[in-house]
Amino acid sequence: MNFDDTPQEAEFRATARTWIGANAPKQYEEELRKSSLGRTVLKNADILEVAKAWQKKKADAGWACLHWPKEYGGRGSSPIERVIWQQEEGPFGQLSRMFIIGHGMCGPTMMAFAREEHKRTYLPPLASGEKVWCQLFSEPAGGSDVAGLRTRAEKDGDDWVINGQKIWTSGAHYSDYGILLTRTDPTVPKHKGLTMFFLDMKSPGVEVRPIKQASGASDFNEVYFTNVRIPDHQRLGEVGDGWNVSLTTLMNERSAIGAAVSTGFPELFEYCSSLMLDDGPAIEDRAVRSKLANWAVKASGLKYTSMRAISALSKGERPGPENSIGKLVAGSMIQDVATYGLDLQGASGVVSGPEDAELAGRFQAMLLRAPGTRVEGGTDEIMRNIIAERVLGLPGDIRVDKDVPFNKIPTKGRG
Amino acid sequence: MNFDFSDDQKQLRDQARKFLAEKCSPKAVRVVLDGKAPYDKELWKGLAEMGFLGVAIPEEFGGAGAGHLELCVISEEMGRANAPVPFSSTVYLAAEALLIAGSDAQKKKWLPAIASGDAIGTLALFEGKGNPSPKNVKLTAANGVLNGVKKPVADGAIADFAVVAARNGSSGRDSDISLFLVDLKAGGIEVKSLTNLDPTRGQAEITFKDAKAEPLGAAGDGWSILTQVLDRAAVLCAFEQVGGSDRALEMGRDYALDRIAFGRQIGSFQAVKHMLADMYVSATLARSNSYYGAWALSTNAAELPEAAAAARISATQAFQHCAKNNIQVHGGMGFTWEFDCHMYYRRANAMALGLGSLSYWEDQLIDRMRKKNAA
Ligand SMILES: Cc1cc2nc3c(=O)[nH]c(=O)nc-3n(C[C@H](O)[C@H](O)[C@H](O)COP(=O)(O)OP(=O)(O)OC[C@H]3O[C@@H](n4cnc5c(N)ncnc54)[C@H](O)[C@@H]3O)c2cc1C
Repeated sequence: MNFDDTPQEAEFRATARTWIGANAPKQYEEELRKSSLGRTVLKNADILEVAKAWQKKKADAGWACLHWPKEYGGRGSSPIERVIWQQEEGPFGQLSRMFIIGHGMCGPTMMAFAREEHKRTYLPPLASGEKVWCQLFSEPAGGSDVAGLRTRAEKDGDDWVINGQKIWTSGAHYSDYGILLTRTDPTVPKHKGLTMFFLDMKSPGVEVRPIKQASGASDFNEVYFTNVRIPDHQRLGEVGDGWNVSLTTLMNERSAIGAAVSTGFPELFEYCSSLMLDDGPAIEDRAVRSKLANWAVKASGLKYTSMRAISALSKGERPGPENSIGKLVAGSMIQDVATYGLDLQGASGVVSGPEDAELAGRFQAMLLRAPGTRVEGGTDEIMRNIIAERVLGLPGDIRVDKDVPFNKIPTKGRG
Repeated sequence: MNFDFSDDQKQLRDQARKFLAEKCSPKAVRVVLDGKAPYDKELWKGLAEMGFLGVAIPEEFGGAGAGHLELCVISEEMGRANAPVPFSSTVYLAAEALLIAGSDAQKKKWLPAIASGDAIGTLALFEGKGNPSPKNVKLTAANGVLNGVKKPVADGAIADFAVVAARNGSSGRDSDISLFLVDLKAGGIEVKSLTNLDPTRGQAEITFKDAKAEPLGAAGDGWSILTQVLDRAAVLCAFEQVGGSDRALEMGRDYALDRIAFGRQIGSFQAVKHMLADMYVSATLARSNSYYGAWALSTNAAELPEAAAAARISATQAFQHCAKNNIQVHGGMGFTWEFDCHMYYRRANAMALGLGSLSYWEDQLIDRMRKKNAA
């Protein structure tokens, strides 16, 4: 058991550090560090442009998508090298959040199911950030119950014709491509009639409408499909095997999102270290200390859980359903931490503008973003189901729609 | 980086688990639980023969000299089996105090006896209500004898010797406290057994009346040695707690699969599934924090004080959480003496207090994090 770099790891770290030192967009460092929670915004620059430029620079020097194979635009690095890179990249790593769906979910799905020529064409520009991808799974009728989706794909010659609607699609408004889960056969039980594709988001008939979120921001969208044509060679996996293909995406989603969620604890600890309450420093208050200690061990527990997972990965073990705990724990923790951070601010906690609020409004931003964290990529309840069923081996939920043809399943709860 | 136990250490874990499954069944634990024996003597001897008692004691003092990672691995299994033996007081507290502060002669006298199972040791620190603090040490040392009362002392009724915290100054500083080694079979000692939450590990009150004592470590160093001993024990206890958490989770899971209600396995009800999922989550966080503590302990890293407090808090919470919800999953059966759930519930809650309660460790953690941030 040790945390020391091996000689190769140390060399990798040194090379990465030197390169980042010489190339990172340092003019944004301070802003990125401060907006590590809630929402990343740059005052005088378009964050997407900055993110793309940094990603491209990394790709040109061989630092993009480290663990992907070289021929697809990666570096073929070990999982540990990936962690070392993240440590060294520091606040600049936040810029890759724009690409998390493409790099974390779409890329791995393409790698597992696309034709070789497509992998060589589409993956390198995805790795380099030149092309952005989105994940078109959720629908008004199918979120947790992804397999309940209704967007139709019908075969027409060598093409498929798509009609329907997706919702909550993050980044669709600036995406170039997407992976799309559709229904190709409504007469069989729901899991059996699905098929996966990838498509050009600029295809005729694709319409993206941003949705204003509860937080006030607009990061996700509705996407409408009207007679959109997708050539058959852009199918991922067999016809009717879409559920299997989507499981690959969802597995990757859990580790990608789980690893990226912050807990808010370092910020709260720092805040309490300097905050004065009515009767003395916050950090010396018994009640404050107890809260902090409880969150401290959750935060460290998550950190070391992911280190254990990386150690397992580096020995060739596959990432498993136990990765669900990261998002489950961090999601409600960030919500509670934010609530408490505001409680400590007293009545003034209600002020949320970055200019006027305490700590540039970070806890306020966290609070307003947190509900989404507990829903996206699988709700808390779905995460618990996954742990209970796939880690602990408990029975699956009773499924009343299991053997029913999809078009016979009721669609409304109350009449 | 390699944040895992080695294959050899995992093999040792399997060996310990197998041994304990055989020699420390719930039936065997119940002999002590029901008050028919103060501890499981045969198991204690067996543990010595397997080399488990001396696994972290250097070879020159009769141990196996393997190290603290190996001890962590064994501790986890001791917790999983709910072993009714004075393992933690002897191996984590007494032996560690000797290793840190003992003279060569003291080590030669006691460590081989611990490794061979011939001596049971303990730490006599508490004096009634309160957590570890120099303020709470009233027992006095003067002219080579101790006077005062210690309670509760873990395994005090069966221990052969104790490491005793005593006051020999009145400056109001930590340096008023010194440690002493006392042969509990010698004169001037009165021992009374106390009823306690977890009868599988006894607690006692020990009265010292002009009891002969020899200094352990330099005069005035007592508190700093104790802090180190408690930190090290916190990590080792955390592994016992992790083992207990896992066992309680497993019992709950197994019952949820077997028990039928409303025509279904109760494990198919989401309320039950989600309760078990949350048990898994707390046990996993505790395990990860404990691994970090194990690394810090085995390398004597500067991070040990903070890592130990984190492991302690996390593992205490996890064991309490898993033990209480294991009973809930079992329903009425879980509340019977006959089912084993309460043994883990008792152990979890007794262990939560033994080295100082959660609020004490919360304070320690925050102080240590502040110190680190200030540095
Ligand atoms: C910020 C954000 C970004 C997103 N980005 C994307 C994206 O890029 N692409 C994409 O495809 N989707 C995306 N989503 C959609 C997301 O995956 C779904 O919102 C999520 O899976 C929940 O589905 P739903 O919204 O339909 O809620 P529902 O499934 O209707 O859930 C409502 C409630 O019922 C509970 N529930 C449902 N089923 C069960 C069950 N079996 N057991 C217990 N409780 C249950 C849920 O836990 C929840 O509390 C995003 C969502 C958010 C909030």
